[in-house]
Amino acid sequence: MFAFCADPKSIEGLQWLLCYLTSGKHMLFYASFGTVLLLLAITAPVALAFGFGGAVAARSSFLPLSLLGKAYTAMVRGVPDIIFFLFVPIALDQGFEYLRHKVKCPDWTQSIWQGNDFIVCPEAKLPLSTSPQSVHEIYGFALAVLAFAIVFGAFAANVLYGAMRAVPRAQMETAEAYGMSQRQAFWRVLVPQMWVYALPGLSNLWMILIKATPLLFLLGVEDIVYWARELGGSKTQAFEYPHPDWRVWYFIVLLVFYLGMTRVSEGVLGRLTSRLSRGQATLGGEMQRKAAR
Amino acid sequence: MKTFILSVAALALSAGLAAAQTVRLGTEGAYPPYNFINDKGEVDGFEREMGDELCKRAELTCEWVTNEWDSIIPNLVSGNYDVIIAGMSITDERDKVIDFTQEYIPPAASLYVGLSADANIKGVVAAQTATIQAAYVAESGATLLEYPTPDETIAAVRNGEADVVLADKDYLLPAVNESNGELVVVDQVQIGGGVGMGLRESDTELKAKLDAAITSMKDDGTLNTMIKKWFGEEALVF
Amino acid sequence: MSCFQTIQDYALRSIGIGERLLPKGEMTLCEHFTLIGSGLIWNLYYGAVALFIGFFLANTLAVAKASGNVWARKPAEWFIFVFRGSPLFIQFFLAYEAFVLIPRMGWDIPLGFMTVTVETSWLSKAWLGALIVLCLNTAAYSGEIFYGALRSIPRGDIEAADAYGMSGWSRFRRIMWPTMLRLAWPAYTNEAIFLFHATTLVYFSGFPAFQQKGDALYYATYFASRTFNPFVAYPVIAVYFILLTLSVIAVFGLVNRRLNRHLPQSARVKFRLRPQIIR
Repeated sequence: MFAFCADPKSIEGLQWLLCYLTSGKHMLFYASFGTVLLLLAITAPVALAFGFGGAVAARSSFLPLSLLGKAYTAMVRGVPDIIFFLFVPIALDQGFEYLRHKVKCPDWTQSIWQGNDFIVCPEAKLPLSTSPQSVHEIYGFALAVLAFAIVFGAFAANVLYGAMRAVPRAQMETAEAYGMSQRQAFWRVLVPQMWVYALPGLSNLWMILIKATPLLFLLGVEDIVYWARELGGSKTQAFEYPHPDWRVWYFIVLLVFYLGMTRVSEGVLGRLTSRLSRGQATLGGEMQRKAAR
Repeated sequence: MKTFILSVAALALSAGLAAAQTVRLGTEGAYPPYNFINDKGEVDGFEREMGDELCKRAELTCEWVTNEWDSIIPNLVSGNYDVIIAGMSITDERDKVIDFTQEYIPPAASLYVGLSADANIKGVVAAQTATIQAAYVAESGATLLEYPTPDETIAAVRNGEADVVLADKDYLLPAVNESNGELVVVDQVQIGGGVGMGLRESDTELKAKLDAAITSMKDDGTLNTMIKKWFGEEALVF
Repeated sequence: MSCFQTIQDYALRSIGIGERLLPKGEMTLCEHFTLIGSGLIWNLYYGAVALFIGFFLANTLAVAKASGNVWARKPAEWFIFVFRGSPLFIQFFLAYEAFVLIPRMGWDIPLGFMTVTVETSWLSKAWLGALIVLCLNTAAYSGEIFYGALRSIPRGDIEAADAYGMSGWSRFRRIMWPTMLRLAWPAYTNEAIFLFHATTLVYFSGFPAFQQKGDALYYATYFASRTFNPFVAYPVIAVYFILLTLSVIAVFGLVNRRLNRHLPQSARVKFRLRPQIIR
């Protein structure tokens, strides 16, 4: 980074610290904050989509579909999320490879399970073993997103299912009186109105999602916890910047990061609530109307 | 007879593919001087240098990936990488699940390191989870304290959580030498075999290639030079 | 080895009774169920004790946060913000790092019939250190729930209490507190469920397993890392946790009935399982 950093062992004090904090490894640490934000940015809409699907399924009048939707929402509530994070990515990975194997190598005669090895034909491997490291990393990240989306989708389904039921019956009846079909009433009346009822639950979910991100490192993604542990551990002279065990400081940085994220989210969500309450038949909306008068 | 034909067919198939294949080397990246992430954020250490040399000799394109120690075998088996090269000692228990190349580091001693020379090695002993040292402590009757990374085992002795730490000599010695007398060697024991590279049991062809490359490095002395460079002049060599 | 033998050897392994070495080689389904079930003892211990102590702390926090006095309100607000705003995972880690720095000392506390030595080194052991973190954590979450409930006590109830000439402590104890508890109970049930789920994090950051005595997830990962097969160990622990969740719902449901017994059927606060508070 800086010219004077060429020989870190000969410099001291502030200069040393400056060089230390701008080493290649620290750059990766700073970049991993981006990884976490990216995960949040991608997972939130995907989980919401999963949740919407789950809620619609649970409301369905077709019994198997509604049971499926309800089982999905119930699943995550009984079991700690960390168990899902340990289990789902491996299961998904092997599931995908199994499906690709069936499609791509129909005349493969060997058993897929050989003792402890899970062997699919080389063309079915995900990602292909010839692909560059970045593809492997993206694939790992995608699996992590999917695992998060499945778990948080179940929570979101629960919230949205409740929100859909909270929309006043009279609204739907009015829609029907205007001659709207079931589908029209659902998309034009129910869906736009449910968000205000769903918002408290969804804001809560967002906060939970933020706080679940340290579990990313369990999924093999090199996230902020991974780098904090790696950088903080004591370093011998084999390294350019030897230092004792500094993990506490790195973890305090993470603590501050998470507290900051919570503060910012609280502010944004508070504003969103008042924005969404506008013109709604709820207590919040009523209060806004009175204040504006 | 049938299984024989099948395995030959499989061999032929994988041989055809091997030419264009990239071999992914999985390591822990937290076990200096065997392997660690250097300050540029790249894998470095004895195994990095040796692994690159092996790949050159075996004419393979190699790529380095890191993985947490406690899931390093499952992820090899499920195909996330093709070779484990992470200072892994060859043991019977591991050999049942994966295959090993010949050893590239001779059987090295493990050290008990504590804060004083008379620290109780039958007391609380820190070791990294799923290592031969952890298994050894559990068998020996001492109280085992497990940590996921090697670094934490030394920290446990420093802060008095554990009486001693048991780990590979080559990992502990630099830490002892740089501690200004805080850490001292208490005892030395011989556990397990040498260090080899782990492969899936089905990857027989890759194993043969790597074995041949290790033999050639042993024969012309480059391996010994490398061991001395990273582990010091007194290190055991072939 | 028969399953009965396995149960004898490993049913209490997590608290150090029975076979010292964990199973090796081929692992049967029976071994999975026994050892993971044995680890569940610790999850129950952490969850139950943290809930009990956290309950009292939470009440104090809720009253402090609702108080008009800045010196009581601000600390309570900050405490709740820090513990609810950061991941439990990181709280465990920082707590462990802090506890190992405390100088090791011991005090003899005479109890009349025997003397107990209290040692500060216990803080860095999971059974005490992690328990403290869990207590504080659940206190913050439940404190916020109780605070919300305290603010939604109907005005009429308090006015009626005033009319009866109650004030101060007696008004709080006899009117406000029972109503607060009744209103908060469904949300508090959720908190209890997710607290039990959170106990699986104890051995995952910071706190080391001592003599291979760990919780259910510790043994589940032990099996998964030995058999290299996640499809047995994790479903087994999932079954245990579903049962645990159902029992928590049942027990809290009984309390909820008692809290609501004076109300007509239609006015009762019903429990709805909601993902309000995982960490």
